[in-house]
Amino acid sequence: MKTIAEINEKIKKGKAVVVTAEELVELCRKNDVKKIAKEIDVVTTGTFGPMCSSGVFLNFGHSKPRIKFGGGKVYLNGVPAYAGLAAVDVYLGATALPDNDPRNRQYPGEFKYGGGHVIEELVSGKEVKLEGISYATDCYPRKQISTWIKLSDINEAILFNPRNCYQNYNVAVNLSKKTIYTYMGILKPQLGNANYCSAGQLSPLLKDPYLKTIGFGTKIFLGGGIGYVAWWGTQYNPQVKRTENGVPVGGGATLALIGDLKQMRPEFLKGASLTGYGTSLIVGIGIPIPILNEEICRWAAIGDEEIYAPIVDYSNDYPNCTGKVLGEVNYAQLKSGKIEIMGKEVPTGSLSSYRKAKEIANILKEWILKGEFLLSESIFSFPGPESGYTFKPLKVKE
Amino acid sequence: MERKFVLHFPPTLIDKPIISDLVRKYDLQFNILKAYITPEEEGNLVLALKGKEENLDKAVNELEKIGVKVQLLKADVKMIEERCTHCTICIPLCPTTAIYYERESLSVKFDPEKCIACGMCIKACPTKAMVLTI
Repeated sequence: MKTIAEINEKIKKGKAVVVTAEELVELCRKNDVKKIAKEIDVVTTGTFGPMCSSGVFLNFGHSKPRIKFGGGKVYLNGVPAYAGLAAVDVYLGATALPDNDPRNRQYPGEFKYGGGHVIEELVSGKEVKLEGISYATDCYPRKQISTWIKLSDINEAILFNPRNCYQNYNVAVNLSKKTIYTYMGILKPQLGNANYCSAGQLSPLLKDPYLKTIGFGTKIFLGGGIGYVAWWGTQYNPQVKRTENGVPVGGGATLALIGDLKQMRPEFLKGASLTGYGTSLIVGIGIPIPILNEEICRWAAIGDEEIYAPIVDYSNDYPNCTGKVLGEVNYAQLKSGKIEIMGKEVPTGSLSSYRKAKEIANILKEWILKGEFLLSESIFSFPGPESGYTFKPLKVKE
Repeated sequence: MERKFVLHFPPTLIDKPIISDLVRKYDLQFNILKAYITPEEEGNLVLALKGKEENLDKAVNELEKIGVKVQLLKADVKMIEERCTHCTICIPLCPTTAIYYERESLSVKFDPEKCIACGMCIKACPTKAMVLTI
């Protein structure tokens, strides 16, 4: 048994033993978990994939004379931001599109540029065009503005993502006779390919399946900088189906994350264009898991071959919410490049980058080893399976 | 020299050994990159032909004479390394395995020699790492 305070003391003295989740899986395959749990202090995780529920709060500062965007309209490089806040605060979401984007009118749409791309350009230090229109008031007389801003010019830029870091995810396939364009990528007809989106054994919430060490206030790697867990994420579902080892099969927990965009790096926050679907933001996240006891170590050591994902048909079952699952496969099978579904060999592709996830887990490991990153105690834990908390559908009323 | 072609065979020609005759006659080497027959029974072949330039020209002339439509494959697909996140979403969509995964380095690799410029990877790439140059 260790405490976070004890681990932090070791980090400060440069004596903490830190490994990535991938390294822990290997260590526990060859050694006694009891022994490993005593030796290892922290396990670092990582994930890097498109996370649509992401965006940034920006405060531009006040112009002379002043303008009140609230109740008006604001565009950044032609992409609309939400302005229903105080005078010069806005929220720019990853999936926002320019008003004149053709969307899917020319199917499948290309979705070349959206909110996620603007965020990537801001993080890269590039100038972004700010345009706004509003109504005049006695205290805010200006009606329109057109100028250029960059990240270092503006006051706050707070990345706030209501849903990131899905614990696990579907494997998407297409049973229909035509190609479909989804947020899980292009799916060729009649089981032409199977797309997944998780780092598996490196993914943060798969390594702590009951969120015993991750809660409100947990300090993390976010987009290349430091961030915090701000709440449980939207669509959070601790009632998810689990395998015997406690690991969710599909969806499960999610996290709301917050951090200072000014500290982040474009290598870990990238705009994404998903043909036929829309734009998104690829977010790099790494969460440290303190090995407080043997049970936590056992969970963190679960490898790809013991983590299962549900196979779902995105031509009919997903859009119509039928709940049907075609089967389950583990991440070792998915990462081999092909799986078997309904007797057919199907090639696999991943939307989440394992290479980047590993890079993130290694960076976080370095930060901790150098004593630059101390662990935080979570302020409170999120609802567990015993809470009854669940994820509800929307009933459409007549 | 090597050139890549897209050949369209009308239904009347699909059962004839045209390519093998041509290869012998003009001393060419060939590599079939992709072959398919449409529901209208038109044959389509993406082919790389290697040989002397004058022989390549003669072979193309002969193909056109007997009714095969010949298009020179001019488009080139390029991978912009800095934009690739090595996610692998494009890999199952590549019809010729020009894009493949190198497990040891966890990297997505691109072999332009095998590419037939179908454009699927360009549509599939979320970070626009694959581009068409003409």
